[in-house]
Amino acid sequence: MDFWPQFWQQIANGLALGSIYALLALGYTMVYGIIKLINFAHGDILMLGAFGGYFVLRRFGVGPASAVGAFLTAMLLCAGIGAILERFCYRPLRRAPRINALITAIGVSLFLENGARILPWLGPDYREFPALSKVNLEFWGINISVVQLLVFIVSVLLMASLNWIVNHTKIGLAMRAVSFDRDAAALMGINIDRVISVTFALGAALGGAAGILYAADYPQIEPYMGVVPGLKAFIAAVFGGIGSVPGAMAGGFMMGVVETLTKGFLSSQLADAIAFGILIVILMVKPAGIMGKNNSEKV
Amino acid sequence: MLKTGTEAVLRQYWRQTLLKGMVTVMAGIGFAAAIFGGMIDAYTAQVLTLGGINVIAALSLNLISGFAGQLALGQAGFMAVGAYTTAFLLMRLHIRLFPAIIGGGLVTACFGLVIGFPTLKLRGDYLAIVTLGFGEIIRVIMVNLESLTGGAAGLKGIPSFSAAILLRPGLSFIWVYLFMALTIIIMVNLIKSAPGRAILAIREDEIAANAMGINIFYYKMFSFTLAAFLAGIAGGLYAPFFRYLNPTMFNFLKSCDFLIIVVLGGMGSITGTVLAGLVLTYLQEFLRIVNDYRMVIYPVLLILMMLFRPSGLMGNREWTGWPSVVRPFGRINSRRGVKGGEVR
Repeated sequence: MDFWPQFWQQIANGLALGSIYALLALGYTMVYGIIKLINFAHGDILMLGAFGGYFVLRRFGVGPASAVGAFLTAMLLCAGIGAILERFCYRPLRRAPRINALITAIGVSLFLENGARILPWLGPDYREFPALSKVNLEFWGINISVVQLLVFIVSVLLMASLNWIVNHTKIGLAMRAVSFDRDAAALMGINIDRVISVTFALGAALGGAAGILYAADYPQIEPYMGVVPGLKAFIAAVFGGIGSVPGAMAGGFMMGVVETLTKGFLSSQLADAIAFGILIVILMVKPAGIMGKNNSEKV
Repeated sequence: MLKTGTEAVLRQYWRQTLLKGMVTVMAGIGFAAAIFGGMIDAYTAQVLTLGGINVIAALSLNLISGFAGQLALGQAGFMAVGAYTTAFLLMRLHIRLFPAIIGGGLVTACFGLVIGFPTLKLRGDYLAIVTLGFGEIIRVIMVNLESLTGGAAGLKGIPSFSAAILLRPGLSFIWVYLFMALTIIIMVNLIKSAPGRAILAIREDEIAANAMGINIFYYKMFSFTLAAFLAGIAGGLYAPFFRYLNPTMFNFLKSCDFLIIVVLGGMGSITGTVLAGLVLTYLQEFLRIVNDYRMVIYPVLLILMMLFRPSGLMGNREWTGWPSVVRPFGRINSRRGVKGGEVR
C-alpha cells in the first residue's frame, strides 16, 4: 500500500505550505474586509519580505538570533511599505469607484515587481535564500524537515497573535467596527484613517513573515516570486470567505493541501489550473465562501 | 435647400455614413500607396501593424470595461485562442486568410460565451480575478495541448498574409487597417444604437438599469462575447504577422498592456483608445532599449492617472471636431455646466 504513506506525506507538506498561504490570505482578507479592495500588490509584499530577510541573513549569517532578526526586519519593512502604499495610493481613492482602486492596485503590483527587477541590488536573477536548517526529521515514516516544522509553528504563532489582536484589543475592536460599518464607526469617534493604516500594516507584516517562510521552503527568490502565491492566497481567502479571519486561515490550509495532493498524485502543471478551478467553483456555488457572511446588497 | 424631408435625410446620410466611409477607404488607399511607394518604410509599417493589432485588442477591452463597466483582465487569453485557432485553420486545414481570421474570432466568441456564462453574474472585483484566472487557465491549456499548439516551444512557420507581403512586409498593415476599420465601425455603431445605450446604462447604474427593464445579464453576455470576438480577431492577426506563436506571449502582462492603453486613452472613448494604442505601441518600440524602465514607468503612469485623471486622455468623449478636445481643456473650473442657480 504505497498510497497511504505518500498521502500522509503530502498532507504534511500541504499543511506547511498551507500555513504560508493562510498568512498571506489573512492579509488579503483583512484589507478586503475593511475597505473592500482586493490588494493585488499583496503577493509582492511577500517578495519584499523575502528579500528583506535574505539581506539580513546574508549579513549576519544563519542562526537563531539572526533568524528572529530577519523576521522582525521583514515584518517591520513590509508593515511600513504597506502603510505607505495605503497612504499614497489607496487612501485618495476611497470614495472613488471600485474599478479605479482595482486598477491602481494592479499598477502598484506591477510597479513593485518591475521596480525590484531593475534595482541593481535586487535584480532579475534568482538568488539562493540561505538554508535555515538542513535537518530532516522522521515521524511514523513521514519525512518532515525542520524548516517545514518551523514554518508551521511560526505561522500558527502569528495567526494566534493576530487572532488575539483582532478579538481582544481595542484596535482590533476598531478594525472590526470599521469593516462592519465605516460611517457609523466614524460617528463613534474611531479614527478611520489610522485604523485602516494599522490594518494594512498588520496584513503586510504577516505577508512579510510569509515571505521569509516561503523563501525558507522554496529557496529561490526573484522579483516575480510573489505573483503565483499571491493569487493562490487570494483564492484561499475567497474560499474561506473574504472578510473572515478564520475563513482565511481555513482556506489557506485547504489550498496548501489541495496543491500538494495535486502535485503528488496528478501533475504539477495542473496545480495552478486546479487552484483557479476552485475559485470559479466556489464563486459559482457559494460566493460568500465557506465561512463568509451573506451580505446581500440592500437597494 | 430644405431642412426637412428627403434633403435632410440625404444630407445626414452623406455626413454620417458616406463621408466617413469615403475618408476611411481613402485613408486606407493612401496608406497602401505610401507603403508601396516606399514613403513609409518597412519598419514603420511593422510598428503600425503591431499598433493596429493592439488597438483592436484594446478596443475589445474598452468594450467590456469602458462601455459595459465590467473590468475583465483575461483578454490576452482570448487573443491566444484566436491566434492558435487561426494558425490551426491556416496550417492544418489550409483555409484562406480572411476566413481563417474570422473563424478564429468566432471560436473565441464561443469561448467568451462559455466563460462569460458563470462569471458575469459576479460583482466587479471577483469578475476581474476570475477573468484573470481564465486567461491563465487558457494559457496553461495551450501549453499542455502539445499536438495542437506546439506546447511551450511554440508554433512555428505560420503562413504569412500573402506572397506579396513577403516582398513588401509593410503591406501587412493594410490587412490590419481593414480589420481595425471594421472594429471601429462595429463599435461606433453599437454604442450609438439601442443595445449600446443599454450597455452604457449598465455601466452607469446597474440597479437603475435593471429597474428600467434592461436585461442586465443578456447585455453583459453580449458585450463580453463581442469583446471576445474582437480579441480573437486581434489574436488571429497575430498569427500571420509574427508567424510564430508561444503561450508566454499571451500572459497576464499582455492583458495589463491593454489595460494601460485603455486607461490612458480614456475608458469609454474609442478615439482615446485608438490614439493611446498607437502612441504606446510606438513608444514601446522607441523605448525598446530601456525596456526595463518602461516596465516601471507604465505602472507609475497608471497609478498617477488613476489618482489624478481617472477619465484618461479623452474621458469618455469621442472626436466630434476640434471643440470636443479643446473646450474641456480651456476651462479652469472642472465642474462643467454648473452655473449659479442652475440645478444639475
